[in-house]
Amino acid sequence: MTAFSLRRLRALLHKEWLQVKRDPMTLRLIVALPVMQLLIFGYAINSNPHDLPTGVLMAQPSTYERTIVAALRNSGYYRVRTLSSEREAEEGLAQGNLLFVVNVPPGFDRRVDRGEAPAILIDTDGTDPTAIGYATAALGGLTEVLTRDLPPVRRAAATAAAAPFRFVVHTRYNPEQLTVLNVVPGLICVVLMMSTLMLTTLAITRERERGTMENLLAMPVRPIEVMLAKIAPYVGIGYLQVLIILLVAVGLLHLPIHGSIVLLFAVLGLFIASNLALGITYSTLAANQMQAQQLAQFTMLPFMLLSGFAFPFQGMPRWARIVGEIMPTTHAMRIVRGVLLKGNGMAQILPELWPIALFTGCTVVIAVRFYRETLD
Amino acid sequence: MNPPDYVIDVRDLRKDFGTRRVVDGLTLRVPKGEVCGFLGANGSGKTTTIRMLCGLLAPDGGSGTCLGLDIVRDAPRIRRQVGYMTQRFSLYEDLTVSENLDLVAGLYELPDARAAVADIMDRMGLRDRAGQLAGQLSGGWKQRLALTACVLHRPQLLLLDEPTAGVDVKARRAFWDLIHDLAGEGLTVLVSTHYMDEAERCARIVYLAGGRIVIQGSAAEVVGRVGLVTFEGAGAPVEEAARRIRAAPGVEAATVLGRVLRIAGMDRALLDDAMAGYGAGLTWREVDPRLEDVFIHLLGEEEPPR
Repeated sequence: MTAFSLRRLRALLHKEWLQVKRDPMTLRLIVALPVMQLLIFGYAINSNPHDLPTGVLMAQPSTYERTIVAALRNSGYYRVRTLSSEREAEEGLAQGNLLFVVNVPPGFDRRVDRGEAPAILIDTDGTDPTAIGYATAALGGLTEVLTRDLPPVRRAAATAAAAPFRFVVHTRYNPEQLTVLNVVPGLICVVLMMSTLMLTTLAITRERERGTMENLLAMPVRPIEVMLAKIAPYVGIGYLQVLIILLVAVGLLHLPIHGSIVLLFAVLGLFIASNLALGITYSTLAANQMQAQQLAQFTMLPFMLLSGFAFPFQGMPRWARIVGEIMPTTHAMRIVRGVLLKGNGMAQILPELWPIALFTGCTVVIAVRFYRETLD
Repeated sequence: MNPPDYVIDVRDLRKDFGTRRVVDGLTLRVPKGEVCGFLGANGSGKTTTIRMLCGLLAPDGGSGTCLGLDIVRDAPRIRRQVGYMTQRFSLYEDLTVSENLDLVAGLYELPDARAAVADIMDRMGLRDRAGQLAGQLSGGWKQRLALTACVLHRPQLLLLDEPTAGVDVKARRAFWDLIHDLAGEGLTVLVSTHYMDEAERCARIVYLAGGRIVIQGSAAEVVGRVGLVTFEGAGAPVEEAARRIRAAPGVEAATVLGRVLRIAGMDRALLDDAMAGYGAGLTWREVDPRLEDVFIHLLGEEEPPR
């Protein structure tokens, strides 16, 4: 029996293609899934939230405070209501009913008039930094709004010196400014990883569970032929997904493309292959489809969280960065961001390319090693 | 290299699954062109033996040849020349009949695959169903397709693992006619079955119990060698008589066949006593034991001692 036969590979490829074609539900999911995910994630993550629930604590009502509250409201970011007690503010923040609490200190009016530039403390719920990021940034402009409302006496002094008062924003951690431009390239990689990994993970276990593996083993086929035939249709499907994602991203989410699309496609092929190889490896290691699926899910979460998609990569602890460097998703994400946003060329992405290739090579070797030619 | 007188020639095959010995010192020789029937209870080692013969399982002990090739060393080469039909339907249900056969032809790298597939479909009567999905075929047609797939590459040896389980009588009969056609062309067939009528169509029966061969020979030889004595009684309500006579010493089986009660045992004197005592009221006559009676006897013998 020859080590490799194109003829046998062609027969297997034809069979895999027919099977993919006969499963219209999966095909539909392959198209629908990335679109749905992109739209949901894209809009949900990138929206610039307005009308955030805000509570105001006032020691005593006064003119300046009313001006500030009106300015907050007019900015569009805050939906303001007055709170009666400190306790209500604490509870509101804890339960998530309030994202901001504006604390106006007693004697605010008097201190502004004296030119002491008193501080207004703003407590924010920092659990979701993206939710409050824009709103917090908008605070800067509000100080000026108030300036115009000051009595003429003070106005002169205010413009000459500093602002009449200042905001002190108190968050539990600094909000990370995730922008549309940053998220969509990451999403391309994550969506691609999820769908391709899942599809191949089931490929060989399905044959084993349906009993068709026994027959396949009894025939003269080589492991590498079976693997290649399993991977090939999904490379095509992966590219289809990239195309859909890019169309949606450019058309609906206004993603700019600064680099070469051809280069991006060429490089993503390697990323797709790395996921498929990993899927196939899981498929050979797992005893049944359930196990295979669990392995895949077990992988996807860290791949997503440690790749720089969820958290800024440089902000992660050292061990997490090391793990992240092993995973193809991390490198693919840098490549896609680089090519799309910075217009990077081959020379700049090369350092990210070889780790993906190495990962793919290693997984294929493991898969071929563990592919059992007997039923033992 | 031994002359290919024996298509299968294995000695002392052993296979363990964990601590359980499934095949325990099996020695078997099957000459070319023979239809050899593999019988035995569920779990007696039939499937495991067949899988070892075609290289799907590596034996834990023993040695031998299949088609003159070493079953351990040359497993890949054996696969090329053997047609193996699995117990469970293992072709692709989401492919059509002809697509399944095209795949097999491609994997065996048959020259002129298209003609070979068309040819075999005509021969096996699958032409009208070429475009039908395999998953939508009835049980009988599925088996026929599976057999077709494993003779497509013109193997020297067919290993069929319970090929007709759950298939109706007519389809089984047709299936066995095909097997004998193939054997007539010099193909050697090893087939496992639970059906007595099928066992009787085999030139040789090999009976397995506990992973060992208990008895082998032609149907007549097996029946003769066991030496079972059988009687049939009629003339009175047989159901009640059957219940009584089952309790009698020496009666291994008492089976109601319509209006006739059939009893079997190894000891003629004990059976005489039983008929006189428990079987009074029926008219008894001695009959030739059938293969089924013999197998019930053999199955009874291997009941584990408690």
